[in-house]
Amino acid sequence: MTLGESLGVALVGLDGQLVRVEVDIADGLPGYVLLGLPDAALTESRDRVRSALVNSSENWPNRKVTVSLSPAWLPKSGSSFDLPIAIALLAAQSVIPEERSAQTLYLGELSLDGHIRGVRGVLPSLISAHKQGITTAVVPEANAVEAQLMREMKIIPMGHLRDLLRWLRLGQRAENEELQYSSPPDEKIFDFADVAGQERARVAAEVAAVGGHHLLLIGPPGAGKTMIAQRLPGILPALSRDEALEVTAIHSIAGGLSNRSPLASSPPFVAPHHSATRVAMVGGGSHVIKPGACSLAHRGVLFIDEAPECGIGVLDSLRQPLESGSITIARAIGNVTYPARFLLVLAANPCPCGKFSGRGRNCICSSHQVRRYLGKLSGPLMDRIDLRVQVDPLSRVELMASDLGESSEKIRARVIAARKVAAERFKNEEWSLNSHIPSRALRTTYQPERVAMNFLHTELDREHITARGLHKIIRTAWSLADLSGHARPTLADTEQAFLLREGLAS
Amino acid sequence: MALTNRPKSGNRTLGNFGESAVADFLSRRGSVIVDRNWRIKEGEIDIVAELPDGKISFVEVKTRSSKSFGHPLESITNEKAHRLQRLALAWLAMHQSLGREYQIDCAAVLVSLDGSFTVEYRENVL
Repeated sequence: MTLGESLGVALVGLDGQLVRVEVDIADGLPGYVLLGLPDAALTESRDRVRSALVNSSENWPNRKVTVSLSPAWLPKSGSSFDLPIAIALLAAQSVIPEERSAQTLYLGELSLDGHIRGVRGVLPSLISAHKQGITTAVVPEANAVEAQLMREMKIIPMGHLRDLLRWLRLGQRAENEELQYSSPPDEKIFDFADVAGQERARVAAEVAAVGGHHLLLIGPPGAGKTMIAQRLPGILPALSRDEALEVTAIHSIAGGLSNRSPLASSPPFVAPHHSATRVAMVGGGSHVIKPGACSLAHRGVLFIDEAPECGIGVLDSLRQPLESGSITIARAIGNVTYPARFLLVLAANPCPCGKFSGRGRNCICSSHQVRRYLGKLSGPLMDRIDLRVQVDPLSRVELMASDLGESSEKIRARVIAARKVAAERFKNEEWSLNSHIPSRALRTTYQPERVAMNFLHTELDREHITARGLHKIIRTAWSLADLSGHARPTLADTEQAFLLREGLAS
Repeated sequence: MALTNRPKSGNRTLGNFGESAVADFLSRRGSVIVDRNWRIKEGEIDIVAELPDGKISFVEVKTRSSKSFGHPLESITNEKAHRLQRLALAWLAMHQSLGREYQIDCAAVLVSLDGSFTVEYRENVL
């Protein structure tokens, strides 16, 4: 038997394609040919696999080795094919039993001494393989926690090639190799109790959490904009299992699981620096298309501090995901669609020097500069932001108050209750959040009370709001109504929604 | 195979030892050694043999006294293999044998300290 095969997975975005790794060992001069559009990291696998095999006391065939990764047309990248290549090589030499190796998925990079190293994208690979009928997978020990989320499969974490081969040959495993289902970590959340004062911003954050409304915070440095944004994930409902799986899969592809537990069920909080490029924001790359900040913030909060300092086009690149909840990235190697349904929180100083607020006594900017600064945010992006709140510097009284603010736990309980009301109302609709109600439905089924509509129509006639603004206000009003237990937005709800959106315009 | 006269030192002697070993090996299998160390400007053919089936075999012999520098045959790169092919054609041309069937073979001889050695013979490597 000089033919051996095993299974690996090639990822394109979140979608994995099963890759059959075939190895043929033929007579002839010693040589190694790798077929199937490998990238640089994969081409280097030859030397890793060779050293790993030799250092695990296995034989390297000094003959002509041909490795084929099929389907051949699909470009493949990364080091996760080291392990399936090694297994197929050994199967071709008939030194491991065929039946056990052929229908098992292998993922892992090999170190020169035979250790199996962790790789990116284990969870999405497993999900795809499972969909294609694979039931058993060998994963690197380093990725075991992430892999255990895939409960529908038999997962075998392995730390060393030698252990894996012992299992393949004898069916024996050291007892510490059994998969330990670790429980989700206690997640430390930032508590709203730490925020002193800032009543309006607190309300805005709560409304944002209820209806999924995007939020803009404007205020001088040190007023607490970042504090408030950081506390937003803590008042959002925990992710369901499917949502958490989706979020972990995206983070696994980005390779950024180090600072987020794979088992975490809290909504992610992603805060790219304002110097981020468009690719960093929406995703991209030439041979591996990686998710950007907006996909990493999927089902969580995307916070951009100093938003007016962002490069031209960076903020505007968020418009498509804001609209559709996903982002499609087109590159030479293909198109990839990542989910990107996030809550956008922008923070901005009122002017370049940051002191133009309150009475603005210390501001050194010219009026032209002030106008231009916030003008960078205007246009189609601002139109999609329902809540625009001024965060003023704390007064003496607020700072001296010894009683803490309301805790995140209490706020979250209200948010969950309000979301339940909304979910009940929308149970026959395609959407579940107030911010997603389509305009057509707002004009028919989901109108506020008549007096509230009259108020809005007057404002429209006075040209204080646009038609789109009117719809945005109604959506926010629904969230306020859900919070206060009204069956339909009242005049008070609508007026408050109006203030939360237009309060800064005056 | 044990041998009393293990080469003392020097790569040249080691090489000659290996080539003789392979020539012996071929003779014992019924081949006729036609030429040894045939050399022209472009290079050298270690052994030319006529196989029992009438084919001409051109053999490149690699001899090593240890495996620590990798498998002997690994040192035959693609480029070297193709030079062997050109040399083979040149040999055939000079011996009015163009058109005869031929093949390129490689042999690896591993000599150990006690003078025993193994011959690994690969036929038709191109």
